Amino acid sequence: MCLGIPGRITEIWDDRGTRMALVDFGGVIRSVCLAYLPDATVGQYTIIHAGFALTRVDEDAARQTLAMFRELGLLDAELGAAEAEVGP
Amino acid sequence: MTDLADMADMAGWACPAPLRDYQRIVLGHGGGGVLTSELIEHLFLPAFAAGSSTTRRDPTSALADAALADAAVLQIGGIRLAFTTDSYVVRPLFFPGGSIGELAVHGTVNDLACRGAVPLALSAGFILEEGLELDVLGRVAQAMGRAAAAAGVRLATGDTKVVERGLADGLYVNTSGIGLVPPGVDVRPDRAAPGDRIIVSGPIGEHGIAVLSVREGLEFGGDVHSDTAALHGLVAAMLAATVPGVHALRDPTRGGLATALCEVAAAAGAGIEFTESAVPVPPVVEAACGFLGLDPLHVACEGRLVAFVAAADADAVLAAMRAHPAGRDAVVIGSVTAEHPGVVVARTAFGGNRIVDRPLGEQLPRIC
Amino acid sequence: MKYLTEFRDPELARWLLDAIAATATRRWTLMEVCGGQTHAIIRHGLDQLLADQVEFIHGPGCPVCVTPLEMIDRALAIAARPEVIFCSFGDMLRVPGSGTDLFSVKARGGDVRVVYSPLDAVHLAEAHPDRQVVFFAVGFETTAPANALAAVTARRRRLANFSMLVSHVLVPPAMSAVATAPGNRVQAFLAAGHVCTVMGIDQYEPLVAEHRMPIVVTGFEPLDLLDGVRHAVEQLEAGRAELANAYERAVQPDGNPAARKILAEVFTVCDRAWRGIGTIPDSGWRLADAWRDFDAEIRFDVGGLTVAEPAACRSGAVLQGLIRPPDCAAFGTSCTPRRPLGATMVSAEGACAAYFQYRRLAPAGAAATLGLPGPAAGLQT
Repeated sequence: MCLGIPGRITEIWDDRGTRMALVDFGGVIRSVCLAYLPDATVGQYTIIHAGFALTRVDEDAARQTLAMFRELGLLDAELGAAEAEVGP
Repeated sequence: MTDLADMADMAGWACPAPLRDYQRIVLGHGGGGVLTSELIEHLFLPAFAAGSSTTRRDPTSALADAALADAAVLQIGGIRLAFTTDSYVVRPLFFPGGSIGELAVHGTVNDLACRGAVPLALSAGFILEEGLELDVLGRVAQAMGRAAAAAGVRLATGDTKVVERGLADGLYVNTSGIGLVPPGVDVRPDRAAPGDRIIVSGPIGEHGIAVLSVREGLEFGGDVHSDTAALHGLVAAMLAATVPGVHALRDPTRGGLATALCEVAAAAGAGIEFTESAVPVPPVVEAACGFLGLDPLHVACEGRLVAFVAAADADAVLAAMRAHPAGRDAVVIGSVTAEHPGVVVARTAFGGNRIVDRPLGEQLPRIC
Repeated sequence: MKYLTEFRDPELARWLLDAIAATATRRWTLMEVCGGQTHAIIRHGLDQLLADQVEFIHGPGCPVCVTPLEMIDRALAIAARPEVIFCSFGDMLRVPGSGTDLFSVKARGGDVRVVYSPLDAVHLAEAHPDRQVVFFAVGFETTAPANALAAVTARRRRLANFSMLVSHVLVPPAMSAVATAPGNRVQAFLAAGHVCTVMGIDQYEPLVAEHRMPIVVTGFEPLDLLDGVRHAVEQLEAGRAELANAYERAVQPDGNPAARKILAEVFTVCDRAWRGIGTIPDSGWRLADAWRDFDAEIRFDVGGLTVAEPAACRSGAVLQGLIRPPDCAAFGTSCTPRRPLGATMVSAEGACAAYFQYRRLAPAGAAATLGLPGPAAGLQT
């Protein structure tokens, strides 16, 4: 369920009481409703579902997650190297 | 040549009774996918073959030939004539990068080119809706004229009909085309053979996404333009590199690259394997497919082709394609295999694989 | 695309796969709750790559699949009315009711339109004051805020010609139903990340405590899914059962408070029939009493319409993870995407359709040919 795609807010306006925004999905631009992210600002990344911004992308968390994945790789390489050393 | 009855099995459905689910035409019957083939196999071919007991299974039959390929090739005296027809019903009529006018010329030229033919002349049949602005018709006609001149084909004959307001969506165009197949050239889907390299001539999906971007209710912006282009020049350049090595060509229009690959696999009775990450998908197409929930492999192109080339000739053909403006970004995406005949398999970026199918019918944006 | 492409990196995926393989001492049975996750797992072939460590059971998180037959029939009845413009997400158009589908209603002259956002349906109601515009409001907690705001906007704009056919479903009661089902084999859940962007993660604490199963809030990209699996396997190997969030960039612990506030106002929890499963208590949302003037079931008097489901279809067992799609006798034979018996075969993210679409080549020599076109092809188990 629930196709949710991250995009960057490029413009915000008010449409008769409904907060709307233009969101850039990697080169594709679509208007979305910001009713559920009242304090979102231009430049922030949000996840969009059915034309609505549902959550802000926590960019620090994203970086940390990727860094943690990379550490797994380093660990992997070290283990691999250690195995190679003790190998026959 | 692959028997038509076998083709039905290849499409993966078990039901022997034709058209069992839909008693009326639904939009999907025009989507270029499974429903369209079903209509051809089970309604048109039997009806057209009636009265000619040999037609259906006669491999030289132009009808069977046309059902498998983009155009029929007719032997007339000493020459071979490629013949095709296509109707254009795009909405809206004008979209970023083109209009129904360019499509009507390029689409038919490309169908001829995919048989290796040199396009000679086109017909143009218009169905106009009462009330259509003359300015709109004028712009479409001029687009057709420009496209035909650029492609070096004549718009040789035509027809105009008007239907009452509400009975058509502005305007429809049909173009038929004839072209000359040069001596020795034999390009058809069932010539694709195990070992062949599969080359895509450029980035996929731009036409379909450009049209969707201006469709009512979906409007989205972005730097996306239809890839509509005539491809016979590119094909001539490929044939200049090798005549016998170019086995099969397909322009992945409705139903996208997935459909083109599936149809060739079925026609050739061979398997296809390709590397998903090797398929050139422009970022904007990837992005639009992401938020609409579509598969880029199912999105239409109007200026791309996929070629099945003998392995020994692949480098020469690829070089020839890259030297031509319409094939600048050509890449090898995979190869034909003797294994899993009729089945198209994609190798995923993570080392898994999946079977690639044609879409059933219409491509619809989804939330799930 | 930023925050998408990085989470599809094959090299990082390899490291995560290695980490999972290094942790797992046996094969564990996980359920990814959401159909979008099923789709991604099968599409990228992650289940093949994890075949020795994890068996995936595909959960009931596909709103198209679980929308009950009678609700589809109500939609068809409304859509066939001449005064109605019937708006739906594209997913629902091909879902068969007991006799036909929305595509066929459209072919017979019904005005059926695909919308991308529920607000598009509201705009249609404004543009066509002489017509009745009905929006088919299906979905889980993720889609509900969008649908709720359609009602809010229609009321604000005094649109008397707008209504909604509501068939919302809720995830936690379904997970509970799976965990307590006789014969349940699921050992840990990958919870649906986008549902949690709205509802937060607290609602899973009771489930973890009651069933003593790990629940890992998980995203939708290949790396997200692998990370969710890694969390779950680590817990299972250590004998722990905790609530974890492996989708931190998108999911806040309290979800989206603004959305939850409107949801609480517009919708009321109700019992809901799930296609193929049956009625699960308190597992759905209907319009709250104060919003019943927007209820299409009342406006078009279709609430009494009830029907039975086809017996051959075992989508209920599939949705509960009791059988895998190829275990159903109808799979790939009398039931294909071309002629679906049940909704799990219709929706692109339905487990049966995902298996069918992305079915695999069997290892050399395997004889299985479940619904497959080529003689050498089989379904990998």
